[in-house]
Amino acid sequence: MQSNHTEKMSSLGLSAWYGEKQALVNVSISMKANSVTAIIGPSGCGKSTYIRCLNRMHELVPKATVTGQVLLDKEDIYGPGVDPVMIRRRVGMVFQKPNPFPTMSIYDNVAAGLKLTGMRRGKSLDDIVKSSLEQAGLWDEVKYDLKKPGTSVSGGQQQRLCIARAIALQPEVILMDEPCSALDPVATAKIEGLMASLKEKYTVVVVTHNMQQASRVADFTAFLYLGKLIEYDETTKIFENPKEDLTERYITGKFG
Amino acid sequence: MANFSHGDQTFKILAGILAGSALAILFVAGYTLLTGALPVLQTFGTYFFIGTNWNPVVGREIFGALPYLLGTLVTSAIALIIGVPISLGIAIFLSEMSPRRVSVPISYLVELLAAVPSVVYGLWGVFVFRFYVIDYIEKPLSDYLGWIPTFSGTPFGLDVLSAGIILSIMIIPTVSSISREIITAVPNSIREGAYSIGATRWEVIRNWVITYGRSGIFGAVILGLGRAVGETMAVTMVIGNTVGPAAVPTSLLKGGQTMASLIANGFIEASPGTLEISAYIGIGLLLMIVALIINIAAQVLVTRVLKVKGGAVE
Repeated sequence: MQSNHTEKMSSLGLSAWYGEKQALVNVSISMKANSVTAIIGPSGCGKSTYIRCLNRMHELVPKATVTGQVLLDKEDIYGPGVDPVMIRRRVGMVFQKPNPFPTMSIYDNVAAGLKLTGMRRGKSLDDIVKSSLEQAGLWDEVKYDLKKPGTSVSGGQQQRLCIARAIALQPEVILMDEPCSALDPVATAKIEGLMASLKEKYTVVVVTHNMQQASRVADFTAFLYLGKLIEYDETTKIFENPKEDLTERYITGKFG
Repeated sequence: MANFSHGDQTFKILAGILAGSALAILFVAGYTLLTGALPVLQTFGTYFFIGTNWNPVVGREIFGALPYLLGTLVTSAIALIIGVPISLGIAIFLSEMSPRRVSVPISYLVELLAAVPSVVYGLWGVFVFRFYVIDYIEKPLSDYLGWIPTFSGTPFGLDVLSAGIILSIMIIPTVSSISREIITAVPNSIREGAYSIGATRWEVIRNWVITYGRSGIFGAVILGLGRAVGETMAVTMVIGNTVGPAAVPTSLLKGGQTMASLIANGFIEASPGTLEISAYIGIGLLLMIVALIINIAAQVLVTRVLKVKGGAVE
């Protein structure tokens, strides 16, 4: 059913290191436009490292290196002369722990990225802030509190604020690094619901250690183990009929 | 068991007494200064705070502390104006930019600046640094900006500006090492969030790291100010030590006097029981009040930031 999707982003032979320690080995995954791709695997399998390579956040860690290619619309984001700042505007990110900026208001949290691009306060900025909060399903809850600090709302709301912050830049891809691991089940359900609506406009890549979550939200699922891609396919196939023995054992809870 | 708890009790009392003694010393010092200063305060009243004359000759005594209060404030201000940007640059470089193998030795070296005795800074100031200040700072200032009263006077190297510059070097270790701690305590999640929305390294430092740590950094600056205000020996050696109305710091290129240097210069010659002694004690009281206020403010600001570490979920 997803066969009509075109490729938005892909990694080709992607390897990543922290100093001498190799965290990813030759990982190639193709992420389709307007779909949710889940990256699953046990702790330490390299899944967080993987999505951090997709917006060039990995290289911010001292001594971290990358080889291979990551194509965004067929262009290598690690190519010569590519500015990581521009990549991060096109590929937004949501983190494991909600990290709204504590020194900024809810409004400014959402507007921060646009202000960096030189956008001034005004009607059009107000409009983008509003629509971003709406897309993140947060507008109705905070519309009277836009001037309160970003950290004044609940954990689940903070995470949706972070999603709004990423959306405000009108990115093409949204990366989510275990976005629900610090949240309660109700807040988790809201974020999962959001992923389904976000994929209509964006390409979503989500890292999760929660296999039920992957099966609920993802169109495609990649299983990483010890830095290697073990299997990548449509989610239904991964969960119902995995080709690899290792995948089968992981999703049935025999290890991990 | 009984024995153990008995020992604990003794230890608790002993530790309590020792801890209390610090407080007691503060109160005794404050009380002594207050009673010692009473004669001069009773004799001259507000003139002691706003007057500029200073004459210890018995029978013609007059004591006004204003020039020295101003001298302290002006030299400290110069120290901050020069020292704070340098300290912040050091702190940002060490915490945000340099790899560990560079930052560790450099932080040690910077902190070693604090271990150099004040009198050594003074000696260096008088015999070496002074001439650089004359040639490279004061002569150009005097030549081009001499028409501004602030820079009038003959470059001599033993003046308010030299004292301020020496002080700026002396506050760098304090301000830079505390700012570095504050910056290091800024949670990484904030930096990552900022990078993820397309901030450059400079924007992350300026708009997020510094903003998050601003009250702590302000505290670090205030602690530096505390050091500059109380610093005595090096200042005494380079400030020129003028007394009376001439000590009002109207120009940076003229000799001056701070509260601390005035006491250091004068206390030996004052005879016990005179008003002069009381005047020095009064200056000491004033200095202590200024220093206490500054230090309390700094401590409040710094600890407040260092306590609020950790993740963004609150």
